[in-house]
Amino acid sequence: MKFGVVIFPGSNCDHDCYYVIESVIHKPVEFVWHQDTSLKGFDAIVLPGGFAYGDYLRTGALAKFSPVMTAIRDFARKGGLVIGICNGFQILTESGLLPGALLRNVGMKYVCKFLHLRTETVNTPFTNGLSKGQLLQIPIGHGEGNYFADTETLKRIEDNDQVVFRYAAPDGQITGDANPNGSLHNIAGIVNEQRNVLGMMPHPDRSSESILGSVDGKLIFESMVNALVGAQKA
Amino acid sequence: MISEAILNQHNLTESEYQKIVQILKREPTLTELGIFSVMWSEHCSYKSSRVHLKRLPTRGAAVLQGPGENAGIIDIGDNLAVAFKIESHNHPSYIEPFQGAATGVGGILRDIFTMGARPIAAMNSLRFGPLHKQQNKRILEGVVGGIAFYGNCFGVPTVGGEVYFSKGYSQNPLVNAFALGIFEKDKIFYGRAHGIGNPVIYVGAKTGRDGIHGATMASAGFGEDAGAKRPNVQIGDPFMEKLLLEACLEAMQKGLVVGIQDMGAAGLTCSSCEMGARASTGIELNLDTVPQRESGMTSYEIMLSESQERMLLVADRSKEKQVFDVFHKWGLDVVTVGTVTNDGLLRVRQRGEIVAEIPNTALTDEAPLYERPLSAPKSLRSSRLDLYSFLDGCEESLIETFLNADANPDGQDYNELLKLAVSSPNLASRQWVWEQYDHMVQSNTMVGPGSDASVVRLKGTEKALAMTLDGPAYRVARNPREGAKMAVAEACRNIVCSGGRPLAATNCLNFGNPEHPEVMWQFSEVVDGMTEACNKFETPITGGNVSFYNETFGEDIYPTPVLGVVGVIEDLSFVTTSAFRDPGDTIVLVETPSRLLGKVNLDDERSLQDFISEAIRKRLVKSAHDIGEGGLAVALAECCYSNLQRRAVGAEVRVPVHMETCKDLFGEYSSRVVLTTTSADELKVIARRMGLEVSVLGQVGGSRLVLQYRTDRTVDISIDELEAAWRYALPKLLSSKSS
Repeated sequence: MKFGVVIFPGSNCDHDCYYVIESVIHKPVEFVWHQDTSLKGFDAIVLPGGFAYGDYLRTGALAKFSPVMTAIRDFARKGGLVIGICNGFQILTESGLLPGALLRNVGMKYVCKFLHLRTETVNTPFTNGLSKGQLLQIPIGHGEGNYFADTETLKRIEDNDQVVFRYAAPDGQITGDANPNGSLHNIAGIVNEQRNVLGMMPHPDRSSESILGSVDGKLIFESMVNALVGAQKA
Repeated sequence: MISEAILNQHNLTESEYQKIVQILKREPTLTELGIFSVMWSEHCSYKSSRVHLKRLPTRGAAVLQGPGENAGIIDIGDNLAVAFKIESHNHPSYIEPFQGAATGVGGILRDIFTMGARPIAAMNSLRFGPLHKQQNKRILEGVVGGIAFYGNCFGVPTVGGEVYFSKGYSQNPLVNAFALGIFEKDKIFYGRAHGIGNPVIYVGAKTGRDGIHGATMASAGFGEDAGAKRPNVQIGDPFMEKLLLEACLEAMQKGLVVGIQDMGAAGLTCSSCEMGARASTGIELNLDTVPQRESGMTSYEIMLSESQERMLLVADRSKEKQVFDVFHKWGLDVVTVGTVTNDGLLRVRQRGEIVAEIPNTALTDEAPLYERPLSAPKSLRSSRLDLYSFLDGCEESLIETFLNADANPDGQDYNELLKLAVSSPNLASRQWVWEQYDHMVQSNTMVGPGSDASVVRLKGTEKALAMTLDGPAYRVARNPREGAKMAVAEACRNIVCSGGRPLAATNCLNFGNPEHPEVMWQFSEVVDGMTEACNKFETPITGGNVSFYNETFGEDIYPTPVLGVVGVIEDLSFVTTSAFRDPGDTIVLVETPSRLLGKVNLDDERSLQDFISEAIRKRLVKSAHDIGEGGLAVALAECCYSNLQRRAVGAEVRVPVHMETCKDLFGEYSSRVVLTTTSADELKVIARRMGLEVSVLGQVGGSRLVLQYRTDRTVDISIDELEAAWRYALPKLLSSKSS
């Protein structure tokens, strides 16, 4: 089992993701340079947070042209696990690997804080270790995390159980006050139809150790390990 | 021919000009005059401050590099070193708040990674005029936005800092940016151009016409034409800086770099002549090869441009190509623009002609040095706010309310007064500010903004670093020497309260016009006070920055020394925060026998800090909070607010009676700390041994803050209500109508 963490020019959570995988969940991990064209030997790919290409033009808009993205499309089509965190989520929507788009936060400001997520489905390789409705304390840090999709797409991903996390109040209610950025239906993370590509704005990489305030993010990485172990057995 | 008008434009005096002629033995060219003017500006040469700065303690067991390099460096054990520094960007931030603050962050980050260290934390100390003025809101929003824009994209967590409001900063905000980086202690790089014949390589952004004369601008006050100086402010590109960081560190790790310095103030000029002067070598530059953003730039413009995100490095001749490969990998411009020579001169060529030829040391070591006249004011200024400095900068009606309660302590509504205090501009939650900063990237932040000190863990060790910025300007304005001591004492106390041992300090000395004798007296007093206190706490000053000419329309700002102290926390389990932990914990007040206001007894303070350190190491402390502005009542409220680990929690406390209600609740007496513990008796034993006073105040628990004073429940208020007043005050102030 091997994880790859992609480095785009401007990625800045690459080392954080690498650290969690290597030193917290103790799995093999390597960096993948954005100009690499092969993902041979990798079982899961992480698109980390940051400001790929300075977020110039539009978040993720330039990163989607990096050579590695062709390899990632191929990797995903063949069922490989891909998780895009924050800027990684933005790159996945820009690349068309996930539906919808991430707009400027309604408050027009960058927001960095811990908040609560409600787990909407456990039927994904990223949440198999969680229980439905489970609340997670995971922080966000973004200026463009306002999830948007047209009505039809929104209905489709909700009907297909593709919404994985929603921003929630501490009691689990999905409220306007709990929504930090204006996302439609408080959406914080979604999977593709095949369910092997997850994009989420909150940072599990910043919440996998108790000294950082929460270990809830680790559950997502551990779920991925479960899924990969299961796949190897099968 | 250099006319008087040209000299004036360059902020050079006639005698300085004569000195230039003497050094060159001829009249300077205009390019040379420009070079001298920036290098001899107050900002680069410290010509008014150097005679005083010499008195500061700069050496200590942990210090690997003191002042004079891009940043100070300390040894933190485990073969690790820390580079850190604070620097001002006040003048640009007044002219253009967003870019001024952004490039301030960019500049300090470059100072850190120039030395080979990866920046792992940033903080900032900000001062603005009162928020009931519309213009001050605009400046605050711009400055905070600029810091967020730069730091977030670069990927350094902004883990803390301070924000204050006071009238004197209305037209001269202070933006002091701090950064800290970490590296292995045998992999330090210096700005030294060694090796005759080695190539001088330019990397990073192209040179444009922006920021020409930024250093000179930062060395003069502002008048009516401040807006016209906007083109002097540089534009920041944090993405470029991030690439530069990764590429520079990669080149350093591969052993390709001999010397390196960032192009900050005075750009190509400063980086080249300083690197040459430090290595006693010469530098020859060919400006035709310098990457340029605009066509037709003159040698004067290229040498003085302060375009951001540029570095100058000297590489070993045999490794030039490898350097190029690294920077190309990161998509950056990399060009050899010159050579190291043996003649000690900065020689600049353009289109085949020599446009400047100046001894490097003439620009650095031989810069003018002034012993400016000092004059003490007739008496130290006492003020009606000496007990309640947090009210400084508040609206007059609020000040009146408190002064009335002070004069008539009986029959006041202290619930209401406490709410007013915690929601006043200088005490209100800064969440609106720090939520805009990514304070978690790099996943090391154990204690972010809002506690006494910020704490980041050091991956691969069991240690953490604590850091804090403190600048009690109100106190310094009243009594510069005592105020400076208080700054050091408070900063060290914050480190100690978070479980750390203070190791070293950096200072940013923001003052008015040094040509005003009273300002120079303030400066001298501050240096002396700081020296005394830094010796007492064994925190040498390893670097920093002086910012003079902070004045608008002839009025000087408060003397505002900001002190940054860095400490090491030897074991992650020692990390302590200000928040109360569990119901039933005993609340204890520790204070020194000298009950002082506006000054500090350093011996007593040292005992207090040694006590807290020992108590934390013996695991007797569950929370620790310094009592600062707003006194005991405000400190207790701050310990109760909700946080990530728990909801809001209450406390029942008996307030010790010394004077009268208002003074005992809100008075800002020095050297006091609130602790919680389950071992109060053990704490008392240690405290007695150290000559300190420990009193049990009460217990954590419930959902209300109850303060008993004499026979009354003087305060009895729901924490949720108090917290809401505190937490949402700043956004409310910002959205309220103002003049």
